[in-house]
Amino acid sequence: MLRILRQILRTGVVSEAPPTEGLALEDDSERIQRAILAHLGRALAIREVDAGSCNGCELEIHALNNPYYNLEGLGIRFVASPRHADLLLVTGPVARNMEVALRRTYEATPDPKLVVAVGDCACDGGIFGESYACRGRVANVLPVDVTIPGCPPPPIEILKGILTAVRRVPARTAR
Amino acid sequence: MGTLRGLHLEVATLAAGPPRFRAHGSRDAWSVLARDVVANGGRLVSLWASDRRPLGEGYAVNAAYALAEGLLWVSLPLAADQQGYPDLAALFPAASRLQRMMRDLHGLEALGAEDTRPRLQHGHWPADLHPLRHDARADAGVADPGGEAYAFVPVRGEGVHEIAVGPVHAGIIEPGHFRFSVVGEKVLRLEERLGYKHKGIAARFETLAPLDAHRLAGRVSGDSTVAYSYAYCMALESAWRQSAPPRAEWLRALALERERVANHLGDLGALGNDAALGFGLAQFSRLKEDWLRVNAALTGHRLLMDYVVPGGVAREPDASLLAALPGQHAALRDALVPLADIYSSHAGLQDRFVTTGRVTPALAGALGLTGLAARASGHAVDLRAWHPTPPYTALGVRVATERNGDVAARVAVRFAELTESLRLLDGLVAGLPDGPSHLPLAPRAGCAEGIGWIEGWRGEVLVALELDDAGALRRCHCHDPSWHNWPLLEHAVMGNIVPDFPLINKSFNLSYAGVDL
Ligand code: SF4
Repeated sequence: MLRILRQILRTGVVSEAPPTEGLALEDDSERIQRAILAHLGRALAIREVDAGSCNGCELEIHALNNPYYNLEGLGIRFVASPRHADLLLVTGPVARNMEVALRRTYEATPDPKLVVAVGDCACDGGIFGESYACRGRVANVLPVDVTIPGCPPPPIEILKGILTAVRRVPARTAR
Repeated sequence: MGTLRGLHLEVATLAAGPPRFRAHGSRDAWSVLARDVVANGGRLVSLWASDRRPLGEGYAVNAAYALAEGLLWVSLPLAADQQGYPDLAALFPAASRLQRMMRDLHGLEALGAEDTRPRLQHGHWPADLHPLRHDARADAGVADPGGEAYAFVPVRGEGVHEIAVGPVHAGIIEPGHFRFSVVGEKVLRLEERLGYKHKGIAARFETLAPLDAHRLAGRVSGDSTVAYSYAYCMALESAWRQSAPPRAEWLRALALERERVANHLGDLGALGNDAALGFGLAQFSRLKEDWLRVNAALTGHRLLMDYVVPGGVAREPDASLLAALPGQHAALRDALVPLADIYSSHAGLQDRFVTTGRVTPALAGALGLTGLAARASGHAVDLRAWHPTPPYTALGVRVATERNGDVAARVAVRFAELTESLRLLDGLVAGLPDGPSHLPLAPRAGCAEGIGWIEGWRGEVLVALELDDAGALRRCHCHDPSWHNWPLLEHAVMGNIVPDFPLINKSFNLSYAGVDL
């Protein structure tokens, strides 16, 4: 235990300031947190769905969960079930073999049911395109709110895209 | 032409790279050769088919074997109307799933095979469509019949019930279906059904120019992008009898080791987390993030995608960054010391890791386990040491092995390989030869073939390609080490409790994308 504590002390706090570009209003984590609350009334719950990626996009979504990006501190968490999710983060071109599972996940997600397409494949089919095996971009299968290009997009771009999607939800009137 | 010890076969030697041999066999020779390979302690690396009808021939079934002398690529020609070949699964269990893939893609049957269920074909394209036949219609317009049921192997007995998980999992994980047969909490049997991510990669290759297709190879399994693009380039360079300049080979190895380090850091964090040590995830994911940022500065890409290109590497690293690398290696080495200590002495972790998900050395050998997982089960197979090419010939790789074959062993191998990769990286920076890091390849007309074989972080990656008369890609087969290790996972889980499955699964960290293609 002592060794773990020592290591924690040595590491210190590594979280960085959240992104500001393209997010005129939010220039610190407190404001991002407030924006999420204003639009959703609670912390943002995300369900990730890999619809056929090469797994590169998953690596960067995992990276988003590292201490540098301080996701929990911003009021964002990944959840295990679509039933608890506000937002689906979808990667990959949609493989035909995954289309049914993707649609079911979407149907199980309650409103506001935001869909964010992560990576070139999810945005436009990417290098895999459309074929006997592949339906191409996510928008061919589900309504998409925000696309995040990149192969894969770095974590900071993914975070910005998520925040853009949240801001699409009409702000809740003060209660 | 020559022969290999113990094999009754004429072979030709391929140019440059690790020792690779080429041969063509008859139908009888196919099975005899397979038995000889087993008798000589060889392993099956991959199986794939190609449609050679446009060349006025029939089909070809291809096998790649790892032998003491090197890699043997042997083809069995089949007449166009003869669509069966002798089954190899009885000798090499991993062959079964590869043969099922060959049936889905080419419509060729393994005669006498026990398991003939479809693998990639889930009923979302017509049953009679074999997309890699050159006259097949494989575009987006083909009908989707709406899916078909899959015959899982039933397990009966008192108190046995089934748990079905997936394809979508609770976490940031690739999709696949797992069917557990359990009694109480204990797993009697696990059956994997994969293929959900099949996106027609092999068919896609045929539409790309050989000088561009390394980008697709680098996206077969994104976590191994360097290994795949390297293997692809090795295959193309050997097909065209050209090679990358020495400096490029050293920079490719530098990228390959950086990929290994990044993945091991990620896995060690996740394994700590799965065993309830969130601290481990925080520490390792921070170290990994630092590492990826240096990747971006060095190569322009955090995951090193599109860095290895035909003829060399995509860009010359900045000199001041290169000079700073040994400092980064040292910092990581220092950070790992207390973490390795904590992982090996933390009672909670050890309790979850030791004896969990065990694959004995005997089972690993019988089923053909490869790569990191094989090394954790006592098999010292590592191409970097076994058939080294420059720069590994100059650096010498010390292979990390463990004997217990449990989660703890797979953790220990990762720690040892991190340390070894950091040592190699120091050597790579110190010994980096001068000269160009890229020389454009001159495309060559005329039928040609080449094969690349690389030890990626997970195990051996193989890329085989065939070029046609006009110099276009006629067939490109990419092989992931996960083909061999997925069946092993089914064994590793038996007798364990269901809640330990995520930990065992993570300790192998196999690729779904790499085998779904
Ligand atoms: S966008 Fe790139 S990294 Fe993401 S799934 Fe597609 S190929 Fe892989």
